[in-house]
Amino acid sequence: MTTMVETMDYDEVVERFDPVLGLEVHVELSTATKMFCGCATTFGAEPNTQVCPTCLGLPGSLPVMNGAAVESAIRIGLALNCQIAPWCRFARKNYFYPDMPKNFQTSQYDEPIAFDGWMDLELPDGETVRVGIERAHMEEDTGKSLHVGGATGRIHGASHSLLDYNRAGVPLIEIVTKPIEGVGARAPEVARAYVTALRDLLRALDVSDVRMDQGSLRCDANVSLRERGVSEFGTRTETKNVNSLRSVERAVRYEMTRQAAVLAGGGEVVQETRHFHEADGSTSPGRVKETAEDYRYFPEPDLVPIAPSEEWIERLRGTLPEKPAERRKRIQQDWQLSDLELRDLLNAGAVEVIASTVDAGATPDEARSWWVSYLAQQANTRGVELAELPISPAQVARVIALVNSGELTNSLAKQVVDGVLAGEGDPDDVVAARGLAVVSDDSALNAAVDEALAAQPDVADKIRGGKVQAAGAIVGAVMKATNNQADAKRVRELILERCS
Amino acid sequence: MPSISRDEVAHLARLARLAVTEEELDTFAGQLDVILRSVASVGEVAAEEIPPTSHAVPLTNVFRDDVVRPGLTREQALAGAPAAEDGRFRVPRILGEEQ
Repeated sequence: MTTMVETMDYDEVVERFDPVLGLEVHVELSTATKMFCGCATTFGAEPNTQVCPTCLGLPGSLPVMNGAAVESAIRIGLALNCQIAPWCRFARKNYFYPDMPKNFQTSQYDEPIAFDGWMDLELPDGETVRVGIERAHMEEDTGKSLHVGGATGRIHGASHSLLDYNRAGVPLIEIVTKPIEGVGARAPEVARAYVTALRDLLRALDVSDVRMDQGSLRCDANVSLRERGVSEFGTRTETKNVNSLRSVERAVRYEMTRQAAVLAGGGEVVQETRHFHEADGSTSPGRVKETAEDYRYFPEPDLVPIAPSEEWIERLRGTLPEKPAERRKRIQQDWQLSDLELRDLLNAGAVEVIASTVDAGATPDEARSWWVSYLAQQANTRGVELAELPISPAQVARVIALVNSGELTNSLAKQVVDGVLAGEGDPDDVVAARGLAVVSDDSALNAAVDEALAAQPDVADKIRGGKVQAAGAIVGAVMKATNNQADAKRVRELILERCS
Repeated sequence: MPSISRDEVAHLARLARLAVTEEELDTFAGQLDVILRSVASVGEVAAEEIPPTSHAVPLTNVFRDDVVRPGLTREQALAGAPAAEDGRFRVPRILGEEQ
């Protein structure tokens, strides 16, 4: 990363070259159990506490498919306008790497459960682009490696590695696009819009947490360039480790400028895996392959084929959420938004989180005001999308409910949100742990009011004399005395009662 | 013409992370050739319209409910590991390949 890499000015890149993209998205399903065994899938559990003989690949153990995961896969396929295979199998992808204790990954190879679909995306200016979907197939996630002794926790220079197999066997769907061509200078924007639209779709399907920051949604970006007017594809690179929507856009843009400089200098792009670096938005070569991959796929003998019946597929089709475009139209009417207001919310990535907050019980106005103001500030400070904030719409709805029931004031509510964002748990946990509940006990408040009145007798006299606006000073004193945990309106009422 | 070359055997041995001597390469190439020829004789009777068979029992759609079942404790999981550290399986340095 310290070596200087030549890049070409972006305007020149798109003048001379035509980019072709291929996006591979891995999504972890939010099933309660793993793909082939009954182990729990809770994120963040202590290492190696969600494992069993099957996902550890111990001799004699046998896998059994998770029916709920297969249903999710079919629903994803249907939502992506794919055909569903009438018959398909799993295969073994053989390789030696300690992230899979079985020495193979159970995956689908040439018989994906869903194939040949499409998804429409809307770009920030309102233009629509259709992206073809090559396939969506089922597989299992790998374990997590921790490399010890290397300078940066990376594999290079490490003395040994430590493995946690909690994630090994978690159901994963890999969704692969057809080559995305003809988008020119908009390629980085299209890549981002695709992952955004896919994330929103998966969230609406309720099949995954789709948290890029936690790895439940991961994107690999294949990028190649060809001279304008040439139909043959250029050599591509595959950039991994792209963990936010913004990074998807940056990684594609960077690869375009890097590859253009290589090609313009008479060089050849090396087909390789590259890693994205969040800090400076660059990519660097990853694994060097001594030989071509040879995974020796063969049909998994321990799992029988899947043959979804027409009835089953149609029943699942009936469970699909409304299509994004229709949903937006309905939301615009329900929330009474102008075209411009809707576009602003869309571009801020706020529509889906607001909608989910409304689904969780808040009114559109309440939900909107939280997401476009306080939460937007927090997202901005952290440099993440609204949906990537570590607070869920349901948690925001809970905070709103606590404000409405008078248990929190607006300023306390912000502190509760801060607590949730800091990982202190659900709103109710934060209220309890930080002691943030409103002091609603009138006798406690009256005592504080009396104390404040006694401390400022001249102000008290003014209020008694009818100067109601003087009560502000007493309200301030009471709020200070109660650490801002009182409802200022109620305090004011009590002061006026005391002085009448 | 043998059905598997000495180079292919060497390639397979490498993929399987088996250290095979030069002499063993010759032996295995010869033995595998016999096995492959025997298996290939099946192809002589297989008709065009018969699809390759991966499963002997004509069974489909065997699924499990999405219900958590107890697995192993961490102690049990790590009991068979040659080395463990911080509740994790400890493995030697991984060279050259990053998945």
